[in-house]
Amino acid sequence: MANVLIYANQQGGNLSSNAREALAFGSSLARSANGETAAVLIGPGAGTAAKEAIAFGAEKAYTIDSPLLAQYQVELYLDAISEAFEKSQSTILVLPFDRKGKDLIGRLATRSSASALTEVIDFKVEEGTVHYVRPIYGDKAYGEYTINRKKAVIGIRPKSHEPASRDENRTGDIIPLKIDLSEEVIVSTLAEKIESALSGVRLEDARIIVSGGRGLGGPEGFDELEALANVLGGAVGASRAACDAGWVPTSFQVGQTGAVVAPDLYIAVGISGASQHLSGITNAKTVVAINHDSEAPIFKRANLGVVADYMSVIPALTKALKKRMGVNTG
Amino acid sequence: MHIVVCLKQVLDPELPPRYFKIDPETNRPDDGVADMVMDSYAENALETAIQLRDKIGGATVTALCLGDEDSEDVLRRALSFTADRAVRVWEDEWENLDGQAVGHILARTIQSFGGADLVLTGYQASDIEEGLVGPVLAEELGIPCVTLASELAVEGSILKATCEAENGYQVIDVPSPAVFTIVSSEKNVPRLPKVKDIRLSRSKPIEELEADDLEIDAERCQPAVALRKVYVPDREVACEFLVGEDGPELASGLAGKLMELKVL
Ligand SMILES: Cc1cc2nc3c(=O)[nH]c(=O)nc-3n(C[C@H](O)[C@H](O)[C@H](O)COP(=O)(O)OP(=O)(O)OC[C@H]3O[C@@H](n4cnc5c(N)ncnc54)[C@H](O)[C@@H]3O)c2cc1C
Ligand SMILES: Nc1ncnc2c1ncn2[C@@H]1O[C@H](COP(=O)(O)O)[C@@H](O)[C@H]1O
Repeated sequence: MANVLIYANQQGGNLSSNAREALAFGSSLARSANGETAAVLIGPGAGTAAKEAIAFGAEKAYTIDSPLLAQYQVELYLDAISEAFEKSQSTILVLPFDRKGKDLIGRLATRSSASALTEVIDFKVEEGTVHYVRPIYGDKAYGEYTINRKKAVIGIRPKSHEPASRDENRTGDIIPLKIDLSEEVIVSTLAEKIESALSGVRLEDARIIVSGGRGLGGPEGFDELEALANVLGGAVGASRAACDAGWVPTSFQVGQTGAVVAPDLYIAVGISGASQHLSGITNAKTVVAINHDSEAPIFKRANLGVVADYMSVIPALTKALKKRMGVNTG
Repeated sequence: MHIVVCLKQVLDPELPPRYFKIDPETNRPDDGVADMVMDSYAENALETAIQLRDKIGGATVTALCLGDEDSEDVLRRALSFTADRAVRVWEDEWENLDGQAVGHILARTIQSFGGADLVLTGYQASDIEEGLVGPVLAEELGIPCVTLASELAVEGSILKATCEAENGYQVIDVPSPAVFTIVSSEKNVPRLPKVKDIRLSRSKPIEELEADDLEIDAERCQPAVALRKVYVPDREVACEFLVGEDGPELASGLAGKLMELKVL
């Protein structure tokens, strides 16, 4: 038997979609281990979010509602979550391996002498033992892991699960935890926040994405992609090579270490299709590749392929679509 | 100011998928055709460390690698980047270490140096991709950790890190000593070492340490997870190639196909 505690990130009483994914993963893990599913919610709004967590599958919910937790602050969040892990007497702590998870998981595991696994996308039970599945080697392979310690902290890769579905009729206890939090533990402080000045649709939410890579040869190529994206009502993305070259901001990056996207249409232009890039588009519906090298690995992931210099195709495509879509909408 | 940068040797992450095979006996990639290289984010961390040192009078960079004899290559490379000192820790029985065990051993190694003002690691190693070593190191050393930093600056006793945030960037201030995990950016593109520095790096010493030189906790040195099985998933898609004489013809064909798809 293993009880599972899920750290469900909330803001103003609302659960994030990563949190709902973690709830889906955590409750199915608890079910297969004959254990209980609990959630921990922290910060102002925790009480409201606790009800939500129960509606989304937790059997009970712990709350830590301190004004100190209003903003994310790594040292305070570590104290709060690790105390909740201890007090809930769970053996498995599940949290999303998102921006915060990347700060927290290794440290929570070290504090609790637990095993840590990150980027987990699935699990299976073999002969009573849980095997956790995670992509490795830049998504070229999958690895199955078992844990060697009594406790474990499991980080779920965002967008790898369907978020849990809501059921108003579910009930469960809400248990406020008294935890002594002290500002004295704070060592890292937020000095400045720079919101990216992205115009238009967020990559993660875009239905159509036009992405460019090193094959564009320079920042000017992205003007062409921008024009195409405008006609399509989509967003512009990029490979890491294009971001590292400074042609577009890092926030454009799609892939293992960039945005994980699941658009209806993904057009990859001058992108070779490295496994780390493809890792970000696993759930894209239709993939179109435009590349002058017919051997490029991107064509193994693409549904539609065009072997040509992108400059001879993209402006013409933008023009053709403008015309056709104009005709279509009447 | 003493900067320690942790470097790992990994299978070349840019190896095309068609050459990537898993040996079912060992659960490891067949390294017959692949090069072993310095982990990519660790290389960004190394570049960051060297740039920082060059801005601060009297600062030094120690390159630290936990690995067998073959991984000396990454330390030679660090020396060719002009790192001041190179240290390799290894014990033959450390076969299947995971990020947590590595974090513990590296922390003890850094303590054996008398500590460091700055510890830099890559954000995530390009082979097993745990993203754990930096945060574990920080916890083991009892110092702060800032993850996903793309730029570092020192202002008096404060370290300033520009980091990826949920929607843009943030600047985090921490006092020294601290651990930073580094991501790639246009500011830390690894340099091409000078021929002279490559030559010099060959004759520089690499210090070697073993378990006995460190106060290691046998328990924490045990891997916390076990890799049971590795396989290559089949994800190939059948691609329909468009035909056409020239760009405009291909473009028109593609436009037609996209309209058919009804996603527009
Ligand atoms: C740890 C790690 C994490 C990584 N994470 C990511 C990630 O999140 N996202 C990511 O994208 N990458 C990531 N990478 C990098 C990845 O391995 C590749 O290096 C990168 O994706 C390559 O980018 P690219 O396809 O733009 O460039 P290249 O591989 O250089 O490909 C350029 C392509 O453009 C084509 N081309 C050239 N000129 C033209 C032209 N005129 N017209 C049409 N086609 C042309 C070429 O044939 C080639 O196929 C990561 C790597 C590591 C090691
Ligand atoms: N064996 C090692 N020796 C030195 N540094 C390492 C080692 N393993 C991991 N690291 C560092 O920790 C970072 C993150 O690795 P990981 O946590 O394994 O994803 C790497 O980019 C390296 O900087």
